[in-house]
Amino acid sequence: MHYGGKIITGLVIFLGLVSMPFWFNIGGSYEEPKVELPKNAKICIAPTQNMRENHMKLLDQWRDMALREGKRTYISAKGDKYTISLQNTCMQCHTSKEQFCDKCHVDASVTPYCWDCHVPPKEAK
Amino acid sequence: MKQSRRNFLKFAGLSAAGLCIAPTAAMASGGPGGAAHAEVNSKSLHAKRWAMVIDTRKLNTEEAIEALAETCHHIHNVPTIDSDQDIKWLWSGSYGEVFPEQENNFPSEAQETHRFPLLCNHCEHPSCVRVCPTKATFKRPDNIVAMDYHRCIGCRYCMAACPFGARSFNFMDPRLHLDMDNINMKFPTRMRGVVEKCNFCVERLAVGELPACAEKSEGAIIFGDLQDPDSNVRKALRENFTLRRKPAAGTEPGVYYII
Repeated sequence: MHYGGKIITGLVIFLGLVSMPFWFNIGGSYEEPKVELPKNAKICIAPTQNMRENHMKLLDQWRDMALREGKRTYISAKGDKYTISLQNTCMQCHTSKEQFCDKCHVDASVTPYCWDCHVPPKEAK
Repeated sequence: MKQSRRNFLKFAGLSAAGLCIAPTAAMASGGPGGAAHAEVNSKSLHAKRWAMVIDTRKLNTEEAIEALAETCHHIHNVPTIDSDQDIKWLWSGSYGEVFPEQENNFPSEAQETHRFPLLCNHCEHPSCVRVCPTKATFKRPDNIVAMDYHRCIGCRYCMAACPFGARSFNFMDPRLHLDMDNINMKFPTRMRGVVEKCNFCVERLAVGELPACAEKSEGAIIFGDLQDPDSNVRKALRENFTLRRKPAAGTEPGVYYII
């Protein structure tokens, strides 16, 4: 192999650099973001795990149901009725955007643009 | 078992049938949120075609219209910007501005001094809807021309297309010009870069309330179903001479003016 030594050394250095984030995080512990759960409500519109994974899809569906189809009452799988509204339903229980939404969104470094228009409840100071 | 052509074909046929049914069966047995669905609010007001009749014999002063506009703009979080970049859902104009094709050289005194309320006409053939490249603005089955601000890309084709100037563009973040401590917390604001306009108070119709301007106008603004011959708007149209704005544009506006 021509220049075998140099090529292999180069590859090793390259792989080392690329996998740097993994080396740095070895032994580090992952801490789940601690979201503040509503105090005045026990159940959400869907099971927790489902909400955790699919709340963004649900909000998308809600938008189309309310705006496009004009259907503003949501019947959950359990048969409970909810008004389809981020501001007037979701945020009535989850009263703090900072203590609920932002916790995970900041950790996962996602910046949804909900709050460009929708008004979050006033944060307690 | 001896493999025969007959058995092979039977098996293949059954497998194909199973594959066809599988997705439906999986859906029926409750996929993610299978049973959850949406319904129309029970209190919601319904019409085949919502329309408005404005009695300009009763409602014709700057102050009266301004008061209605203030209510409208407050509940919909519409900012007041002191420049040509202002946002308006409801505003007023002179006779010449409202009916530019129907102006006489020697108008009556009333015609000359009166102010006329202006808003989105919720046309039957809305040119804004035709030109919108993202379907952000669309016509609902009850003929309300609605906006989905999530989809608006701010191209402003709709503003160019609207013959009535009913649309405003958010040149800047509207929250800079709203008193954020006193906004209506039940309604969103808009963001920079989207076009907005009157929505015939869809959010109020959905809970069984009439549009805010009609409610506050003390009978000067009549709101109802144009397709129902017995409705209040049809009665008003039967009994009074009315004009619509710019009939030559062919958009069939849904706002009528009793002169």
